[in-house]
Amino acid sequence: MTASLVVEELVVAYGRVEALHGASLELPGGIVTVVGPNGAGKSSMLNAVMGLLPSRGRVWLDGEELSRLEPEARVARGLCLVAEKRELFTTMSVEDNLLLGAYQRHKKGEKGWRNSLDEIYGRFPRLRERRRQIAAVLSGGERQMLALGRALMGKPRVLLLDEPSLGLAPRVVRETFRIIADLRATGVAILLVEQNARAALQVADYGYVLETGSVVSSGPSGTLANDPRIIATYLGRRAGSKIE
Amino acid sequence: MTSDIILFLIQDGIANGAIYALLGLAIVLVFAVTRIIMVPQGIFISYAALSLSWLESNLVPPTAWLLLALGLLTAGIECWQARRRPRAMRAPLVKYVVLPAALLGLCWLLAPQDLPQMARMALALALVVPFGPIMYRLAFQPVAGASPLVLLLISVAVFIALTSLGLVIFGPEGVRTAPIATASFTLGVLDLSAQSLWVVGMTALLMVLLYLFFGRTIAGKALHATAVNRIGAKLVGIETNAAGGLAFTLAAAIGALSGILISPITTIYYDTGFLMGLKGFIAAIIGGLLSYPLTVISALVIGIIESFSSFSASLYKEVIVFSLILPVLLLRSLGRRDIGEDEQ
Repeated sequence: MTASLVVEELVVAYGRVEALHGASLELPGGIVTVVGPNGAGKSSMLNAVMGLLPSRGRVWLDGEELSRLEPEARVARGLCLVAEKRELFTTMSVEDNLLLGAYQRHKKGEKGWRNSLDEIYGRFPRLRERRRQIAAVLSGGERQMLALGRALMGKPRVLLLDEPSLGLAPRVVRETFRIIADLRATGVAILLVEQNARAALQVADYGYVLETGSVVSSGPSGTLANDPRIIATYLGRRAGSKIE
Repeated sequence: MTSDIILFLIQDGIANGAIYALLGLAIVLVFAVTRIIMVPQGIFISYAALSLSWLESNLVPPTAWLLLALGLLTAGIECWQARRRPRAMRAPLVKYVVLPAALLGLCWLLAPQDLPQMARMALALALVVPFGPIMYRLAFQPVAGASPLVLLLISVAVFIALTSLGLVIFGPEGVRTAPIATASFTLGVLDLSAQSLWVVGMTALLMVLLYLFFGRTIAGKALHATAVNRIGAKLVGIETNAAGGLAFTLAAAIGALSGILISPITTIYYDTGFLMGLKGFIAAIIGGLLSYPLTVISALVIGIIESFSSFSASLYKEVIVFSLILPVLLLRSLGRRDIGEDEQ
């Protein structure tokens, strides 16, 4: 059964400056994307959903309210964020980073949690080659793979992806979005925040457009991708073209 | 200076250096996980040695009462914060009230008895180790995200408070406790006491255990991960506050064990631990507050230099030892690299 995430009237403020003005969204499963320009409040939204930023409003996961919980407790309930800065353990080996991704499973006494390593190495063969190296020496694409792999080691129910294509070469961006599309088959629900609106809308089922801290539009990705305003603002002329 | 004296001084230096190594390791461990420079590390030495001495005199150590008082304060804060969630009050009440009260009860019951020395040591250890997590919860956890400078100032304040409390509860007299073993062995010209061997042996054992803990266990890796990237640790579900508490618990255990091991060899006063902790701190600084092996090697060198200084220029021994930090700081400032910053 896929998980459902509901965000209600989320408000995030940095001092007196409000970055998110009561944004709401639903992730019933599959892949939902939030697109918008730089500074729209997309990352603030994900960080608040994860509990890394203080916020007002409510966050529900499968009917359970998470709003008062610490990030660690949200991870224990199946929420996982792959942050924009990846937040890897740079002085530790690739394998240790992956093993720590399953920290909560280990803590809960789940048997066979280490076996997920093979699954992750199967999905990201490059990580197997680099498993003894420290994370600091990885390339940008490999770091992104490691961040995704570490998140998947926890077997999350909802995966929050913050700008997965940021700072990556075009070839690696294509590979990253292919992996995100493949993840759909695992049953994990994905909330994808992305500046690359074209690529995000191609991979997602449903989308929200966030501008200056408010949701200004939402709908099935196909509809959004053909919305003249969205095309003019975010997609340019190549609305129907392939991911670049 | 003959070769016999040199050998004797090296032996003495290694025994002292082993204790500095333990303290240095505890300081590196706490800094790595929490960014706190553990100024009060030496407190655990004094509290443990003095508690053991009170138990040897068949008295209830005042640390038992102090632990209960601080536990009640901590439980009060925890319960106030969990006032709308009564079920969340249970764990802090057990941890901070029931456990210290049980320890006090145990002391009442056992202190008048003629216990074996090992049992007294275990009781002294059990009394002092909980000061570590309580210290973290009361003084540091509320400001865990503060800058290292703020944390250092709080650390100094905690040290002053606990040293002053030490004077109040234990008084100004120094103590020496009974040794674990009284035998001695002759190795060439050296006369090795069993107590010195205990110190070096326990230090080596603790180092191996720490190595295995950090290298082989998920809990150790989680503690290391918290040190490397606190946000990353939260994102994989590591309870970073619990990691801080665990680091303080380990530091308190290492400090208390050091106090118990060294007190048969050296007279311990309420503030003796500070000077020892400071030497451990110098070793930790030479290790860049980062490297465990370098900290251990530095601590042994400090112990040996101190031993030679005591023989050749005893008035200046502390000056010589503490001056070691100057060239190290100078060298480190030349190749400056911010310690502990995430390398993203």
